[in-house]
Amino acid sequence: MTARIYIPGDAGSVALGADKVARRMAEAIAALGVDAQIIRNGSRGLYWLEPMVEVETEKGRVAYGPVKLSDVDKLLESGLLDGADHPLSLGLTEDIPFLKRQTRLTFARCGITDPLSVQDYRAHGGLAGLENALGVKPQDIVAQVTDSGLRGRGGAGFPTGIKWKTVLEAQGPQKYIVCNADEGDSGTFADRMIMEGDPFVVIEGMVIAGIATGATKGYVYLRSEYPHAIRVMNRAVEIAREHNILGASVLGSDHAFDMEIRVGAGAYVCGEETALLESLEGRRGVVRAKPPLPAHKGFLGRPTVVNNVISLASVPVIMEKGAEFYRDFGMGRSRGTIPVQIAGNVKHGGLFEAAFGMTLGELVDDIAGGTASGRPVKAVQVGGPLGAYFPRELFDTPFDYEAFAGKDGLIGHAGIVVFDDTADMLKQARFAFEFCAVESCGKCTPCRIGSTRGVEVADNIRAGTDTENQINLMTDLCNTMKFGSLCALGGFTPYPVMSALTHFPEDFRPAPMSQAAE
Amino acid sequence: MESRSVEAEIATATAAIVARLKPLEGPLLPILHEVQETFGHVPQQALPVIADGLNLSRAEVHGVVSFYHDYRDAPAGCHVIKVCRAEACQSMGGDDLADRLLGLLGLDWHATSSDGSVTIEPVYCLGLCACAPAALVDGEVIGRLDSAGVDELAKAVRA
Repeated sequence: MTARIYIPGDAGSVALGADKVARRMAEAIAALGVDAQIIRNGSRGLYWLEPMVEVETEKGRVAYGPVKLSDVDKLLESGLLDGADHPLSLGLTEDIPFLKRQTRLTFARCGITDPLSVQDYRAHGGLAGLENALGVKPQDIVAQVTDSGLRGRGGAGFPTGIKWKTVLEAQGPQKYIVCNADEGDSGTFADRMIMEGDPFVVIEGMVIAGIATGATKGYVYLRSEYPHAIRVMNRAVEIAREHNILGASVLGSDHAFDMEIRVGAGAYVCGEETALLESLEGRRGVVRAKPPLPAHKGFLGRPTVVNNVISLASVPVIMEKGAEFYRDFGMGRSRGTIPVQIAGNVKHGGLFEAAFGMTLGELVDDIAGGTASGRPVKAVQVGGPLGAYFPRELFDTPFDYEAFAGKDGLIGHAGIVVFDDTADMLKQARFAFEFCAVESCGKCTPCRIGSTRGVEVADNIRAGTDTENQINLMTDLCNTMKFGSLCALGGFTPYPVMSALTHFPEDFRPAPMSQAAE
Repeated sequence: MESRSVEAEIATATAAIVARLKPLEGPLLPILHEVQETFGHVPQQALPVIADGLNLSRAEVHGVVSFYHDYRDAPAGCHVIKVCRAEACQSMGGDDLADRLLGLLGLDWHATSSDGSVTIEPVYCLGLCACAPAALVDGEVIGRLDSAGVDELAKAVRA
């Protein structure tokens, strides 16, 4: 029997040398003349162990990692193909605690299957959700998604089913499904991982959305910073067409749905849904005023569903296993699971999908294992560059949309970036303004001008003159940006700034003379 | 004569790209991507051709080109290094590494070396946040960049 060796081909693993490991493995297998096949799977999301090589054995898949180029030959010699013991052995993949503790619904197949094999996809439950969707009325699909409690995973947390209902009821010659794959938030990579590791689940989610709302055309707006994801998604769309998952007759039904991958051009603001639509139409990525909502007048002025990658990728499992199954996970009004992305200065960085409700402290201290540098954790930024910095005192905050809002923060796209005690929070606040200035679309004044003024005020604070007045000015500026900006870029930049100022006031004030003299 | 023929070449190639991609819904970004792919940048001479083909004003096309960070108005160096400057990379010492690289290359952000060997640009997140600091060099992703890696990189792009 042909042995199967898995070496991830996702950008994160490749960045750590997976391509070189795979090439060497192929050469070594050929030289030894053994019957083995290398599959470039997605990443399981345990990035401190990447490149993680797995081999299929009778007992299940056995993992080795992190595997360096120089380890490959020795691994083969010591019996890799039989899952033999080795200093790099991690045992059965499924038993690795970081994986075992997760509830993988959206990422159920990611890292397990060959990303571009429809056969593999089907064998692991793929297309069951779409098949169920084809058997019911559009209204019933919308009702299932609504009942599941699924909320927009891009950050806004708007109920996905309500959005779909609006588009279903809207009239128009053509409706669209637009997948927002402009994952620009630092500390987030769930969209990238799923597009590279299980692209068909995104496609399936879009097709279901199309059937539910009467849309027959879809677009994935994918950021140019993700060349690997672009390649995989383009290929997956072609394969999906060959297998009638896309086309004039979806899986032989009366429903038509086709889609295209569109590549962004390096503008962060295009992750905002109306700026994204402008960009997709071929204009500057300038934010539109709402109303009209994209659900009424979206792409080319027609009814459009704009959903994040993870929202769409969560739909197939809901349609497969039912709204109740999904809704039973989670807490409060945050239902289902959330793929948390643990990043920055952490020992165990990666993707951790679990039901809503685990606390920030559990994630940082327990699951992530603290900092990579070994120093104490100072701050954790949750939700990307527009998310708040949380101090240790707030580590009991549970992962839940409302709980985070209650602490003047946001979950956003569920990325958490850990900083150790060397972090300078004034510098981080300045960066938030600087980033906003670089990426502002320029339409509204609070964001366009406020961000630049914010950088100046931060520099004044750094200079240490007139500190209290400058801090008051910064607070006032944040207030103006928060309430006066058209979209979340200007409106949320105050989150990182004000949280830094509130929780780490000492970083904004000159060191006392006695300390400075030491 | 020479420059005129280059201009004509750009116009012809651009017109062909426009003709092929025009049927798309919202064709401008795909066209600009392809023009940049072909010429290494978006030449000024391409703008009127695109504007004409899509029934837009030249100002509108210019507005789009200048809005997006990806489009260049001049060709990049032989090697393009994009260094992530976002928070996850900052938390792992990315700022110091970026400064070190800029120093070794003697360049500031967005600059191309005088010998045309290398261009260095900031990028805000490559989605490699669990293996920070990260960079993209000629389309190849690099994770867990350290000072030795930076030194090697600076040497390699100058070789």
